[in-house]
Amino acid sequence: MKKLSKIYLALVMLFLYMPIFVLIVFSFNVTKSRSVFSGFTFDWYIKLFHNELIMTSLLNTIIVAVIASVLATVLGTAAAIGINSMKKLPKTLVMQGTNIPIINPEIVTGVSLMLLFVFFAARMNFEFGFVTLIIAHITFNVPYVILNIMPKFRQMNPNIYEAAQDLGCSPVSAFFKVVLPEIMPGVISGFLMSFTFSLDDFVVSYFTSGATSQTLPITIYSMTRRKVSPEINALSTIIFLVVLIVLVAKNIIERRSVLKKGVK
Amino acid sequence: MKKLISAPYLLWMAVFIIIPLIMVAYFAFTTTDGAFTLDNLAAVSQYSNIFIRSIWLAAIATVICLIISYPLALILARIDKSYQSTVLMIVMLPMWMNFLLRTYAWMTLLGNNGLINAFFGLFGLGPFKMLNTQGAVVLGMVYNYLPFMILPLYNVLAKLDKSVIEAAQDLGCNNTKTLIKVIVPLSMPGIMSGITMVFVPAISTFIISRMLGGGSNLLIGDLIEMQFLGNSYNPNLGAAISLVLMVIILLIMTILNQFDEDDDRVLM
Repeated sequence: MKKLSKIYLALVMLFLYMPIFVLIVFSFNVTKSRSVFSGFTFDWYIKLFHNELIMTSLLNTIIVAVIASVLATVLGTAAAIGINSMKKLPKTLVMQGTNIPIINPEIVTGVSLMLLFVFFAARMNFEFGFVTLIIAHITFNVPYVILNIMPKFRQMNPNIYEAAQDLGCSPVSAFFKVVLPEIMPGVISGFLMSFTFSLDDFVVSYFTSGATSQTLPITIYSMTRRKVSPEINALSTIIFLVVLIVLVAKNIIERRSVLKKGVK
Repeated sequence: MKKLISAPYLLWMAVFIIIPLIMVAYFAFTTTDGAFTLDNLAAVSQYSNIFIRSIWLAAIATVICLIISYPLALILARIDKSYQSTVLMIVMLPMWMNFLLRTYAWMTLLGNNGLINAFFGLFGLGPFKMLNTQGAVVLGMVYNYLPFMILPLYNVLAKLDKSVIEAAQDLGCNNTKTLIKVIVPLSMPGIMSGITMVFVPAISTFIISRMLGGGSNLLIGDLIEMQFLGNSYNPNLGAAISLVLMVIILLIMTILNQFDEDDDRVLM
């Protein structure tokens, strides 16, 4: 049984990693062939870094992700505080509205926002670009911020906020000194989730971005539509390495904090 | 006072979530001049073969994901706690790559000049036509959405009370019976949210079908995209298709909910 599950685990891993592994290997291939490895080269990486389109869209992606996730976190944190103090019925209604972008297919979210932007673009004379893109990203990010923070309120002792005020804190400073630290883990994980979703988003961006605000996933898409280009392989390899480093670092940090808690 | 602080979000939700959806419904029921019509919805019926294909392929992909993921989640949940999170991270790592790159990887693997056909060529077989088939689309769906099935299943199975399983065994259940009578029913919320998280993106995808299915295996997503950004610009028809897609998903979710007594969805 033990052996069987190890084999099964290995097979699934093979399925998950084989395509990525092949991409990585062929990013070092001299020719454009996808099946014959004819020699080792770093040329595709050099070409990648000299590809202005890719570099601009990488910058665009980071700008949009930072702005959208910061704003979504502020908006979502404020929203969660307000929603938490609502009565049951309005709370349920607002949470149902919040769930819409999560449940709805991405393409419907993208298309519906596009309809809205087209409507306003015709009347208020603006073009699709960073503003529409950032609005769209905030819209699909805020629900995740709220959903990450709400459970923290449930775990929090409601009396400590009042206790802080009894001990002389103003409501505002009681919030910053007592409530905010309690919900901070939720705020941070909401922010990180938003940031990664923004970096990775293709579908919604595809419908809401303009010619000047292409993000990396959109550029990748147009590259895959054209002829084979091993630059994509090089790009994949770099992204894979970045993701690997980030996840390993996260894992190590988490493990350390678990160990520290164990010592206490 | 505290309620006021959520006002900006409520406004945001109204303008960027609720109103856009109302606009989808409005466009679906109007002509380009804004007059009421049912023609758009009627026109959707001529694409019924695409709808059936999308539901069918998404359903197959969901079932395959479930079949692959359930044993895997069971194995993951039983791994020694000290390196459980590491193994889970390794399983989830490919998901962090952009899905376009993951799909592109399969494009290069499945092609006529791809590595898999080159492998068959060694034995004098092929080349087999694998790219631009329905099978390739299903494979792309399974590959991209597998983690969405693994994660909720793992979450449920890892929290499963071990004493319940022991009790079942004490009362005379063998391993198979314990699995069917105890473990599977208890993991139902995870199965349901896994199905939802795979089926919804699979039925509405438009990239996987285009990259792996060629031009002949269009799905609902491709149809919608073509009405908004493609050659046949027709937002009214596109809105009608989107509306029908939402209704289909809602219906399927309602049917699925009948099997799931608890409402405790295990989201990521």
